[in-house]
Amino acid sequence: MSETTRLIAGPFNRVEGDLEITLDITDGRVREARANSPLFRGFEMILVGKTPLDALTLTPRICGICSVSQSMAAARAIAQAIGVTPPAPGQLVAALIHAVENLADHLTHFHLFFMPDFTRPAYAGRPWHDRMVTRFTAAEGSAIRSATRARADLLHIMGQLAGKWPHTLSLQPGGVTKAPDARDKVRILATLKACRRFLESDLFAAPLEEVAALDGEDALDRWRRAAPRGDTGLFLDVAEDLELDRMGAGPPRFLSVGAYETPAGFLFARGLFKDGATGPVPLERVEEHLAHSWMTGATAHPFAGVTQPDPDMADPAYSWCKAPRLAGETVEVGAFARQVVDNHPLARALLRDGAANVRARVLGRLLEVARTALALEAWAAALSPGASHMARSHALETGRGAGLVEAARGSLGHWLVARDGKIKSYQIIAPTTWNFSPRDSQGLPGPVEQALEGALVKPGETTPLSVQHIVRSFDPCMVCTVH
Amino acid sequence: MSPYTVLWLQSAGCGGCTMSLLCAESPGLFDSLEDFGIKLLWHPSLSLETGAEARAILEDIIAGRVRLDCLCVEGAIARGPRGTGHFHILGGTNRSMLSWAREIAPLAGDVVAIGSCAAYGGVTAAGPNPTDAVGLTYDGAREGGALGADFRSRSGRPVINVSGCPPHPNWVTETLMLLSLGLLGESDLDPLKRPRFLADHLVHHGCPRNEYYEFKASAGHLSEQGCMMEHLGCVGTQAHGDCNIRPWNGEGSCTRGGYPCINCTAPEFEEPGHGFSETPKIAGVPVGLPTDMPKAWFIALASLSKAATPQRLRDNAVADHIVTPPAVRSTKRS
Repeated sequence: MSETTRLIAGPFNRVEGDLEITLDITDGRVREARANSPLFRGFEMILVGKTPLDALTLTPRICGICSVSQSMAAARAIAQAIGVTPPAPGQLVAALIHAVENLADHLTHFHLFFMPDFTRPAYAGRPWHDRMVTRFTAAEGSAIRSATRARADLLHIMGQLAGKWPHTLSLQPGGVTKAPDARDKVRILATLKACRRFLESDLFAAPLEEVAALDGEDALDRWRRAAPRGDTGLFLDVAEDLELDRMGAGPPRFLSVGAYETPAGFLFARGLFKDGATGPVPLERVEEHLAHSWMTGATAHPFAGVTQPDPDMADPAYSWCKAPRLAGETVEVGAFARQVVDNHPLARALLRDGAANVRARVLGRLLEVARTALALEAWAAALSPGASHMARSHALETGRGAGLVEAARGSLGHWLVARDGKIKSYQIIAPTTWNFSPRDSQGLPGPVEQALEGALVKPGETTPLSVQHIVRSFDPCMVCTVH
Repeated sequence: MSPYTVLWLQSAGCGGCTMSLLCAESPGLFDSLEDFGIKLLWHPSLSLETGAEARAILEDIIAGRVRLDCLCVEGAIARGPRGTGHFHILGGTNRSMLSWAREIAPLAGDVVAIGSCAAYGGVTAAGPNPTDAVGLTYDGAREGGALGADFRSRSGRPVINVSGCPPHPNWVTETLMLLSLGLLGESDLDPLKRPRFLADHLVHHGCPRNEYYEFKASAGHLSEQGCMMEHLGCVGTQAHGDCNIRPWNGEGSCTRGGYPCINCTAPEFEEPGHGFSETPKIAGVPVGLPTDMPKAWFIALASLSKAATPQRLRDNAVADHIVTPPAVRSTKRS
């Protein structure tokens, strides 16, 4: 019988927050992986007893990178509980603010978090390595600097519409706190044009419309060979050379709760994709398991869930993260999941045996960059100076509501129960709670734990490169995960 | 010239201070650091090194093999459960961030608390403070915290609190630039150890709602343009920060975005004792006076100015866009 060795990788950085991965390795392959989210803050305990509107100030501060998504989820949960709907112009501005954050997050992930791993000396001599070092050396690379500037420019839309980023209070149950005027509208359009210029010169070296229209592997291959394709082309070269499409297969089930709801409906559909088709999401069958979490309590739907950390951190638990399951199963969430659920032909073509992989996750994100940037331009052009952007609402006394939104890295839910004007219960499931969950009551691993099984471990590696690519391909946000 | 070395640790916070920092502009973050010879030894979001490589950097600093000029800590320090600090064990180290911070901080030339969590506890310490979170040298408004009130870095200076939730990106870059040039001394800090370049201003300074404030033309609901002090919880007249002097993300600030200043640079802002967007009142009079203003004068001036409010401001204060523009008049003397 082959010997099993254990590696403990951490602090696992460039993941937004802190992460530790334990790897049991046999014959140069990961046999089992365990994801530990090592930071607990207890937002669900902090919120109990406060007035419901306080969630609008406190929950964005769960996460500095998905701050607006947290705002949106809180605003939606309260809006549902009191039965208020923002006027159409307010919905549009909220969608715009939210999509700008998600687009900025995608740029941050690709340039600052994911790509630098390919600059490592271990890849010296690969045909793409020199270009990678020039473009993506941490803190120094030309792409890192230009993308950071482009991201800061894009976030001017936050200054224009939301005061600041992160941690705005502009998203309210009844709408948004600032009604843009005509000058705001053209300024936002100008910022989006500048963003398009960056995307079309550096990231894609192609028109956004062309990227959004790619409808399969053949089209992608023709597009790639027709001209140099910027940093996307560089990634495609790496993906081919390192066979990133054979790395990191997750569960063959994808969830999206639907992204950017305007009066026209969702831009990206809500649904559960499994067995080759998108169906409805059985939201009443969301449950969090606690068997391998440092938590006490029973498996429960988030309207009935509790958060009671176990100060003894007793075995067999190994993470502060709870283990959410949908109808008893793991699901993968994120940009790629959204594009699959939305039935984009390129995303569907990137699946291997019905599952995602490192290449698919990253390309799915890039595809979404193009589609989101196009949607932003259309929404900005549709802004309505002079219209009311806020509906009057009343205080929430007793009731409950669920706020479901898509953060950059996947589905986010807030489940709020209020009684007598105070928060009685507030439960949160963040995207990386889904993706980086520990094992559940049946001992079944979470999505990233599954994706790591079989990963290649080379002699002498302390944090195997394959493991780094797989983990970071999910774009994890560890501060959201446990909250 | 040898670089000014910075180690950045993230503890019990949201990472938003780093996300804000990446919004630095003209020049951008990485250019700013390079131009001032500031070298990030390690940053959890920005550095290549991971796992064992990152641990080696920490060990080099502790062993004295690498000089540490500045330790930046982002996020509160969790002391729980039961004083162990185990609510945040730094990944891969089996050791709490509380323990790491206590060992590394005395080795640093200066220690900078980045954001209100690292400075005072911040939102992580809100409500029942489930993790017993504190700032580096403050527990809310009381001195103490994770390192203790008497803590001094190698320079002899106390922990410098670049508070804010998040801090403006250039509060951080300018603090590091000043430190790298030896231009930030203890006398440049306010009583809460915040750099005076940001703390000697009030959020009220430069607020575009100032004319509404002068005439007590108040917004009654969020999205309206009037002053938010009377009804909507705004404490910009008491909050320290140059938020309306230097804009955020291009042209923004909280009050420009249509929502109240919640004094996020101050200790215990996370527990205002009332809703964040409502003003507590006694007998109809808002509690909490503008900083340095005698109460009797404030009430007298407020009632006088309320009586003199131009109709234009009355109209615009409760609208979400300008409904009555200022009259056009010649300012020339004939």
